Amino acid sequence: MKLIKSSQAGSLESNDVLVLVKPENDNTGIKLEIDSIVINQFGDRIKEIVEQKLAAMKIENAYIKIKDKGALDCTIEARIEAAIKRAQ
Amino acid sequence: MEKLRQTMLFIPGNNPGMVQNGVVFDSDSVIFDLEDAVSLKEKDTARILLKHALVNIDYGSVEVVVRINALDSDLLNEDLEAIVKPQLDTILVPKINTADDIKQVDEILTKIEKENDIESPIKLIALVETALGVENAFSIAASSERMTAILFGGEDFTADIRTERTDRGEEIDYARSRIVVGCRAAGIDAIDTPYSDINNLDGLAKDAKRAKRLGFEGKSLISPKQINIVNKIFSPTEEEVNWAKRVVRAIERAEKEGKGVISLDGKMIDAPIVNRAKRIINIAAKKEGVL
Repeated sequence: MKLIKSSQAGSLESNDVLVLVKPENDNTGIKLEIDSIVINQFGDRIKEIVEQKLAAMKIENAYIKIKDKGALDCTIEARIEAAIKRAQ
Repeated sequence: MEKLRQTMLFIPGNNPGMVQNGVVFDSDSVIFDLEDAVSLKEKDTARILLKHALVNIDYGSVEVVVRINALDSDLLNEDLEAIVKPQLDTILVPKINTADDIKQVDEILTKIEKENDIESPIKLIALVETALGVENAFSIAASSERMTAILFGGEDFTADIRTERTDRGEEIDYARSRIVVGCRAAGIDAIDTPYSDINNLDGLAKDAKRAKRLGFEGKSLISPKQINIVNKIFSPTEEEVNWAKRVVRAIERAEKEGKGVISLDGKMIDAPIVNRAKRIINIAAKKEGVL
């Protein structure tokens, strides 16, 4: 699945996450940046959720920035899905 | 056995903090809103957020309701595709004017349930908020096996009949009564309109007492701080429960003794009084989690 434009979903409210997505050239892979208030405790888990969701949506080349404000796993997943759909 | 709907709390469907805390507010139902509380440009994100919340967050015994967008909005199909999940109890459909409106939603829902192998049918609540909807209250209430309640939308109704909402609420008395009677005739719940001034708790209490007197089962709410007051007003008092228990005991005693006419404290007990007593005991038992 290819991204055709930049997009974002979510917010910087407490318990939410802002996900920014940009298309990348073929064979660039996934460039991921994570900024979270709980990066020490949950940074690895957030990375895992992003990678799983991108794989499930068959996104192979993209720049993804995550600004997390303590969102649940299901909120992170929902916001990634929304941002990707908006970018297609 | 249907659960109580004394307090039904509206929660904006695109607010993850409130959506994830839906279970802690202690209302009987939560209504995740995809309609008025979500701007047009965020409908997609709210829909996806609720889709994931429904399957991942355990709301325990709280009834999970989603208010979708109206039939005439072009958003209803996408809403249903996203939120029809086994974890969803009930859908609140806004701007219902006729029985045919409910039948249309019922058909779409049946198709989506089949596609998703959902065995337990999702229930429907009609949001009646126009003059036409109020006039059709009974036929709407009786329009589908899925129908479990009508929720009255007082703000839109008042605008539709070209007047204004007042604290006394006389402009909505007829509509409230018509909805209660229609629901009762069809055997479903009647839920009252929200009280919109969230800082006026005295006004809320008066409004809720009036709704209870008119026959509503409960009230929709727009703030968690409205829950306790409304819960208390719609719950039977200790005095009422004790009276109801005495009525039932008197009936049982009279039946044993073969008496045809029953009296308690010098007053004759007839069928409507017995039914009222049983209803009070039923509500009290549900509150205590006995039923």
